[in-house]
Amino acid sequence: MAVQPEIDPATGRTTTGHEWDGIKELNSPLPKWWLYIFYATIVWSIGYWVVYPAWPLVTNYTKGAFGYSSRQEVVRDLDALKALRAERSTALASTPLEDITKNPTLLTFALAQGKAAFGDNCAPCHGLGAAGSRGFPNLRDDSWLWGGGIQDIHQTIAYGIRNGDDRARQGNMPPLGGPNGVLKTDEIVTVANYVLSMSGQTTRPGADLAKGKELFIANCSACHGEDGRGNRDLGAPNLTGRNWVYGSDEKTIIETITLGRGGVMPGWTTRLDETTVKALAVYVHALGGGQ
Amino acid sequence: MSLWNKHAIFEKNSIVLTVGILVVVAIGGLVEIAPLFYLKSTIEKVEGVRPYTPLELAGRSIYVREGCYNCHSQMIRPLRDEVERYGHYSLAAESMYDKPFQWGSKRTGPDLARVGGKYSDEWHVAHLANPRSVVPQSIMPGYAFLSRAEIRPEQVEGHLRSNRLGGVPYTDEQIQNALTDLRAQVNPDSPNVQALQVRYPGATARAFGGNPAAAGNGTVTEMDALVAYLQVLGTMVDFRTYDARANMR
Repeated sequence: MAVQPEIDPATGRTTTGHEWDGIKELNSPLPKWWLYIFYATIVWSIGYWVVYPAWPLVTNYTKGAFGYSSRQEVVRDLDALKALRAERSTALASTPLEDITKNPTLLTFALAQGKAAFGDNCAPCHGLGAAGSRGFPNLRDDSWLWGGGIQDIHQTIAYGIRNGDDRARQGNMPPLGGPNGVLKTDEIVTVANYVLSMSGQTTRPGADLAKGKELFIANCSACHGEDGRGNRDLGAPNLTGRNWVYGSDEKTIIETITLGRGGVMPGWTTRLDETTVKALAVYVHALGGGQ
Repeated sequence: MSLWNKHAIFEKNSIVLTVGILVVVAIGGLVEIAPLFYLKSTIEKVEGVRPYTPLELAGRSIYVREGCYNCHSQMIRPLRDEVERYGHYSLAAESMYDKPFQWGSKRTGPDLARVGGKYSDEWHVAHLANPRSVVPQSIMPGYAFLSRAEIRPEQVEGHLRSNRLGGVPYTDEQIQNALTDLRAQVNPDSPNVQALQVRYPGATARAFGGNPAAAGNGTVTEMDALVAYLQVLGTMVDFRTYDARANMR
């Protein structure tokens, strides 16, 4: 309820003129320290208008006394970073891959840079620890689809796999099943059981392994080899071992033969600089399976 | 009584207060927002940015519908660590056909402004269906239903039309062929792919959602659309021809 403001006898201040059940509200001024800091921030903002880009004009805007630009700043920061790394980066760029591993300083630098770049770029598919997941190969073991030499790894990282780039690794597992497929469903089961037997796994009771072998040699051996040991030029995996990209059970093998496989890896030269690609090759080679 | 003591008039009349608020907010808008519509110097001159294809646009709508922006930003800020991790900082021109833009300010997941081409389609499909299958430490929810949900063909043209209302320069030809283009982009064997690429330079056609058989029959899933959208993000500007110094602002 509003009443006339009056002087409060106890404090000598005016009231706001609000009253609730006989309780009146004092019209206390803001504390002086608070008020002056508030005014100071307003004055400070004028300094900002002068120093930084601030006011829009008709065709342009005020650029600020020192021409500050966040884009210039980031370019400067990146140049500074480049300068900081220059010595080692140049050495890394000019040293052949095989020699990097022989130079402990350079190797440490490459591994550190490689580890950071791996986390940013490779980990989503191959895992933070490079152990891979279904469809994305483990990079820590000895089995390599396209070769585990440092040059092979570098080539794979630089240009990728089946990504449409002419320099990328080519070769695919075509679908052999389906209505127009080369193999009928029962033939696929037969050949899948032969594949299981190649890696010493239990086969379906009564599976005709001799027929499976015949079918394998006719349809699969061109890429995987008659002994099933694969071919790194075509990215055809070794089928006699224990490492499988998509899975080693009968169901998965049947799926692979029926629908084919064609995992894609992007090429990284378009995204990362040459030194980083090199560092990544050194890092992946050093993970445990490098040959 | 000085002017400073006149505020009682605002406090006692709600209409006066409303008008007062409107005036103050309008001044802020005029100074901060209006100039961005006429100042040409705020948008960089770049080549390659085109309106989204119908498929990418449908993917974008799903991105917005599912609230991806709640956890993922699409703006690489001009800071060293961001540029080192994600690539070139984002340009205003890159989101000129985003209605509305997806810059965001919340990063529970990584920035997606340049995720296009970074991972394979297969990875995106596996990751969207069940993020933990490829990234064990991820806390992202799964979106497996996207592979089962079809893009409703009757909505495709309308998406383009409403974007045109918002200022995206879709031509009549692009709107008329929206559905054809949508289906062609998931089927690389389609005779309409070439026309799609003429209308949308640089667009790639493949079975993004990992089901070529369905795509060949003209069935386009939400997975196709979302992956196509993610794969085009940040890839339109060719930074080898971009003059950063000329666009320093």
